[in-house]
Amino acid sequence: MNTFKKIHASEIERLLANYPPDRKQAAVMPLLHLAQQEAGYITEPVMQEIAEICEISATEVASIVGYYTMFHDQPGGKIRLMVCTDVACRLHGAREYLSALCNELGVAPGGTSSDGLVTIEEVKCIAACDHAPVFQSQIGDEVEYHENQNPGRTLDWLRLMTASMKTGQASMNLGQEADHE
Amino acid sequence: MSELYLLRHREIQGLNQLKTYTANGGFDTWKKVVSTLKPEEVTQVVKDSGLRGRGGAGFPTGVKWSFLPTNIWPHYVVANADESEPGTFKDREILESNPYQFIEGLMIACYAVQAKDAYIYFRGEFAQIAHKFEERLQELTSKGLLGDKLFGSEYSLRIHPHLGAGAYICGEETALLESIEGKLGQPRLRPPFPAVVGLFDKPTVINNVETLTNLPIILGKGAAHFRTQGTEKSPGTKIFCLSGRVKNPGNYELPLGTTFRELIYTHGGGILNDRAIKVIMPAGASSSLIPATEAALDTPMDYESVPALGAQLGSASVIVLDETVNISDLVSSTVNFFEHESCGKCTPCREGTYWMAHILERINSGKASKADIELLKTVASQMQNKCFCALGEFSISAVLTGIQHFRADFDARVEN
Ligand SMILES: Cc1cc2nc3c(=O)[nH]c(=O)nc-3n(C[C@H](O)[C@H](O)[C@H](O)COP(=O)(O)O)c2cc1C
Ligand code: SF4
Ligand code: FES
Repeated sequence: MNTFKKIHASEIERLLANYPPDRKQAAVMPLLHLAQQEAGYITEPVMQEIAEICEISATEVASIVGYYTMFHDQPGGKIRLMVCTDVACRLHGAREYLSALCNELGVAPGGTSSDGLVTIEEVKCIAACDHAPVFQSQIGDEVEYHENQNPGRTLDWLRLMTASMKTGQASMNLGQEADHE
Repeated sequence: MSELYLLRHREIQGLNQLKTYTANGGFDTWKKVVSTLKPEEVTQVVKDSGLRGRGGAGFPTGVKWSFLPTNIWPHYVVANADESEPGTFKDREILESNPYQFIEGLMIACYAVQAKDAYIYFRGEFAQIAHKFEERLQELTSKGLLGDKLFGSEYSLRIHPHLGAGAYICGEETALLESIEGKLGQPRLRPPFPAVVGLFDKPTVINNVETLTNLPIILGKGAAHFRTQGTEKSPGTKIFCLSGRVKNPGNYELPLGTTFRELIYTHGGGILNDRAIKVIMPAGASSSLIPATEAALDTPMDYESVPALGAQLGSASVIVLDETVNISDLVSSTVNFFEHESCGKCTPCREGTYWMAHILERINSGKASKADIELLKTVASQMQNKCFCALGEFSISAVLTGIQHFRADFDARVEN
């Protein structure tokens, strides 16, 4: 028991130190981010441990997880593709891009590919409206921008990423794009 | 293009490296402020400059600082890096490419109100930027620019990054404070205002990233210099985020008071495929829709002129629509945004955005009648002035002005 606490003892200490000693609850989001880094989602036992650290109830932690869209309590694909289809991007073909991409991958928005590698989500504005169509990839807790996309370009990147994952050498740098300093 | 103060990295390569930033005078102002100025002198310079908040409301920054009671301690400063208004992407450019000028500005604000701890609230999608900031802040501490007893004075300062996790409402300042405290990010009842009862119940200043990025320039060159740009009531330059159906979307730093025409046609290159312009949305998805008449195009973009068009400058996120955009479709995308982002705390907004979204879906799928357009208008009107926070009010701006100015676009969807 208390494995999360044990494994991350020093990091937890460092995060708590960002807040007043009598305000441990403030560390709940940083701790949830830390937990999500490992498995890509947050399990119930970990929520329980975080509740103990923050001196709040497990229900309160669960409601935080439920409230914020970037916390997940279910496993998704190893790669989450978050495609913006919000107001400004729609004016630059984001919806057409998303449906072409979904067609190619045989996945509906919100769904995960049959090999469990890729989840596609439709998201609201991600502050890259001048480079639509655009998506963010989330792998573990690593978030990256991919701007000025078209289905072909995205599929090329995905092929590269999934290939490296399947061969076990999950070299994330393969996907890093030049269009974004 | 006029001189760049906020987007200086476009002229100075590598400005997001500490070496380069300090080689170009970076943190000189910080040293000067801590070593030679009293906190109230710093506030006075900012008041004299006329700097207004760039996060949306345009409230005078120095005046806001002076609301903090001096008999309640500690004070906190929180930088709002939640940037989530659709159409807004200026803070991200600053945070990625000119981060130290922002940090120096935050430090100056902290000194002015004598805060010893500050937080930067990053939206969750800025995770990568936030991780980089951990390194940057450590580097500054190791160089003696942050930390205890700075430059031999009694003043100490620590800055803590705090990462959100996907919720537009956390950009609203009281929801943001709740979120840092580890609660659900929902707005607080006001008063009391954060200046008196803010973070951890202590007096707190909340400022936008762009607002803070102005401070090293203002304290470095003086209030009078700052006023050489912009208008009497809206001094300085502003980053305008231009998006939508224009040839060259992007961030443009221009003096406040520049006209929409200059932004859209001179800098933005005009409308895609040289079509006719139809609508200007000056404040992202929260905007009232401004029909793009000649007079509207010649309106200066500042805090005092845009309201005359029945709209607000807000965060200056200018989304441009051309003649081919159906306003009923457009309004459906703004309403979907607010329905998704409504925090659910109050009934008018939670229910109102839900119903507006559903009625619009019916209208746009050709399953509605004219009575539904009236119903949409009624729902929106009933929300007016009844929502707990501004998000609810923002959600009806495009609906009501859309129906008012472009009724034909809605009618076209229900006629067959
Ligand atoms: C729904 C809503 C969302 C907001 N989002 C942001 C935001 O993302 N960034 C921001 O700086 N201000 C945002 N604001 C404004 C803040 O509440 C606050 O006024 C601002 O951060 C103050 O900083 P300033 O005085 O420097 O502009 C938002 C306000 C509302 C009502
Ligand atoms: S207006 Fe909307 S966002 Fe604001 S408190 Fe009410 S439900 Fe929440
Ligand atoms: S609307 Fe898509 S990134 Fe802003």
